[in-house]
Amino acid sequence: MTTTTRKPAAPDSRTPSGAARVLGDRRLPVLVTAGLFLVMYAVGLSRYQNYGFAETQVFLNLFIDNSYLLVAAVGATFVILSGGIDLSVGSVIGFTTMFTAWLVERQGLPIVVVIPMALAVGAFGGYLMGYVIQNFEIQPFIVTLAGLFLFRGLCLVISKESISIGDSSVSSMAQAQVSLGGAFLSIGAIVALVVLAAAFYVLHYTRFGRRVYAIGGNEQSALLMGLPQGGTKIAVYTMSGFCSALAGLLFTLYIQSGDPLHATGLELDAIAAVVIGGTLLTGGSGYVVGTLFGVLVLGLIKSLIQFEGTLSSWWTKIATGVLLCAFILIQRTMTSRRKA
Amino acid sequence: MAEPLPVLEMTGIVKEFPGVRALSGVDFRLFPGEIHALLGENGAGKSTLIKVLTGVYSLDGGTVTLNGASVRFTSPSGAQQAGISTVYQEVNLCPNLSVAENIFIGREPTRFGRIQWKRLRREAAELVDRLGLDIDVTAPLSSYPLAVQQLVAIVRAVGTGDSDGSGSGTKVLILDEPTSSLDRDEVLELFALMRRLKGEGVAILFVSHFLDQIYEVCDRMTVLRNGTLVGEHMVRDLDQVGLVQLMIGKALDQLEELHDHQLHADVGESLLTADGVGRTGGIAPFDLEIKKGEVVGLAGLLGSGRTELARLLFGADQPDSGKVTIGGKQVSMSAPNDAIAAGVAYCSENRRTEGLVPDLTVRENIILALQAARGWVRPVPAAQRDELVAQYIKALDIRPANPEARVGQLSGGNQQKVLLARWLITRPKLLILDEPTRGIDIGAKAEIQKLVVSLSEEGMSVLYIAAELEEVLRLSHTIGVLRDRRLVARLANGPEITPTRILETIASGEHQ
Repeated sequence: MTTTTRKPAAPDSRTPSGAARVLGDRRLPVLVTAGLFLVMYAVGLSRYQNYGFAETQVFLNLFIDNSYLLVAAVGATFVILSGGIDLSVGSVIGFTTMFTAWLVERQGLPIVVVIPMALAVGAFGGYLMGYVIQNFEIQPFIVTLAGLFLFRGLCLVISKESISIGDSSVSSMAQAQVSLGGAFLSIGAIVALVVLAAAFYVLHYTRFGRRVYAIGGNEQSALLMGLPQGGTKIAVYTMSGFCSALAGLLFTLYIQSGDPLHATGLELDAIAAVVIGGTLLTGGSGYVVGTLFGVLVLGLIKSLIQFEGTLSSWWTKIATGVLLCAFILIQRTMTSRRKA
Repeated sequence: MAEPLPVLEMTGIVKEFPGVRALSGVDFRLFPGEIHALLGENGAGKSTLIKVLTGVYSLDGGTVTLNGASVRFTSPSGAQQAGISTVYQEVNLCPNLSVAENIFIGREPTRFGRIQWKRLRREAAELVDRLGLDIDVTAPLSSYPLAVQQLVAIVRAVGTGDSDGSGSGTKVLILDEPTSSLDRDEVLELFALMRRLKGEGVAILFVSHFLDQIYEVCDRMTVLRNGTLVGEHMVRDLDQVGLVQLMIGKALDQLEELHDHQLHADVGESLLTADGVGRTGGIAPFDLEIKKGEVVGLAGLLGSGRTELARLLFGADQPDSGKVTIGGKQVSMSAPNDAIAAGVAYCSENRRTEGLVPDLTVRENIILALQAARGWVRPVPAAQRDELVAQYIKALDIRPANPEARVGQLSGGNQQKVLLARWLITRPKLLILDEPTRGIDIGAKAEIQKLVVSLSEEGMSVLYIAAELEEVLRLSHTIGVLRDRRLVARLANGPEITPTRILETIASGEHQ
């Protein structure tokens, strides 16, 4: 009565062939991105060795300069894994810088009080968007586009001009360094890495994380399997709002000012990092570790162009565009192979 | 079999939708350790009864008792927790997750909120093993064919009942048309699993359109017609003819008529010839001739290239070799438009996803192809349109006979008829029917087959694809046999051609 009747020669055999396994492996895109990062780093080493590119600090600066992007991209990874999209990230970051600067500078509140307030506002904004997406069954693209305009507009309600922060506790926090051998990391970079580790744990070792993957794989099935799909979706956007606000705080520390135009379009960088990191835009497949490499690749492009010296900064955008295009094409061929 | 109390008893079930009484006073019993078929034509109320039982619909009257206690479910998860699990026709699992995760998601073993992956994989492997299946639980679900995914869905359903911790397990397993897209070997595998579960005392409710399968695996059956209970019988006490009569509520004249029907002989000159037409990855180059008024049937296993062949002749996929000639003129087949212009119509096997627009009315769906053929600047005059639609609704007996009804609300058989009407209205020279009778009830099946016969008598050529060999044999003048994406034989139908002969041809295809 046991059933081992399937012939292994058939194309739909039970044990996928070796090649199909490698090509269909969901970890492959992450490895490709990690490989790309290593190649780019090696190119940098060989070209700019005499200009100090080999120093550990140059490497660690990738984390320091992109800490806020990493946090925002981690939030975006949750949303994209669930099959959605969040366009409000940049605006929430901009709003958080204004909100923080205004409370600290104009209202004189201590930064330790302002931080939880800013995080709560971001998370609440994300919750609202998730609530609307879920309960009114509206496309996330539209709802978060509304969020994008809303938060950017709220920046201008606070002030039309930029507010620089002179508060001593903020600047000491911004300048704090955690030394690592001969080099150092900023507090922002540490926070970003902690967020990354927490996200990895949540996605792979909690029921909530697995529900995010399930919804991204097939939302209708997730519902019929009895999973609380609505609550999970709202939680995902809440999480993204929280991460955006946290990214906004890191950005405030990094720039030490609030400005209504801060982080305009940063959501697109975050989405680009997620996609380059191998997460499928259709949801359900990807790793937050890939997002780390996506952010590092984007950061490395910036540093390489700085080291080159003669290139204008908009070459960063061009390189990002080319990479994004290439990675989406790779995804496309991989998913079609998986289906075949 | 000693009969203890039924595990599930539904009495006097009533369910009403606005304007329709879907179930009126239906009784239904299910005993532990039996496989129970729920039968009826499309629209008889099978799905409604299942949805009432699983808590998708609320009850308007009647009682449900489970193990002697009265219950009332308000959501699918409530029914699941009580030990009633359902596996639907479409596989409702997440293809991106591993098999083990699909079995356990929502009730993963955790320790302080952390998922214990090792334990999860081990328990999944044990469960799969216990049910006599050979599946690597660590592989992603998408790496398995549909049939295995269906088995995984059953494993999940069986496992879900264990979650209450009482160890009682799943008591009732509902399988809603699980076999409709499986081939023969896969069906046997499914049946083996069903029998094993039955041996463990699970009560299985099995819905299928294939009567042979009912007779193969079921112990007892309940027949519904128009929302009322017609009868409950032991399978061994009722033969197929009697069952069909119960289901459709009338004698079998129409079916008998078809059995006695002689293929008409006046097949005309050649209409379509395909010379070495093929497509890499689709189907190997083939030659095929279809004459005027001829019915050409395609036989072969699921995935043998039947649909691929049809799509090439319609230009839905572009052939990369060979040429197609229709009515003496070569047709480029670079897009369906070329084929439509040459008089070819194609009814897809996926009527829901590739054919009909569920939110439009019957009238709009029927008129779609004719309007497309005329171009958007020349609308079909309203009077002519209404007349045509009324004529085809009548001719094909589409129910309800209301041109304003939304197609999505029609039963499967009637949707198929709407799709047919759409193409017939354009008066094609060649009609390609890909599995026109899949998933529809026996009455509608007979009507569609009769229609094919009368169309061919009127001089229309038909390319007919069906999974059931008897169906192909009954209707076709010529039978094309496919195997492993290759047209291996063309047989002229005659008394010596039997299902066995075709099966032998499929089996020995390489030597032809």
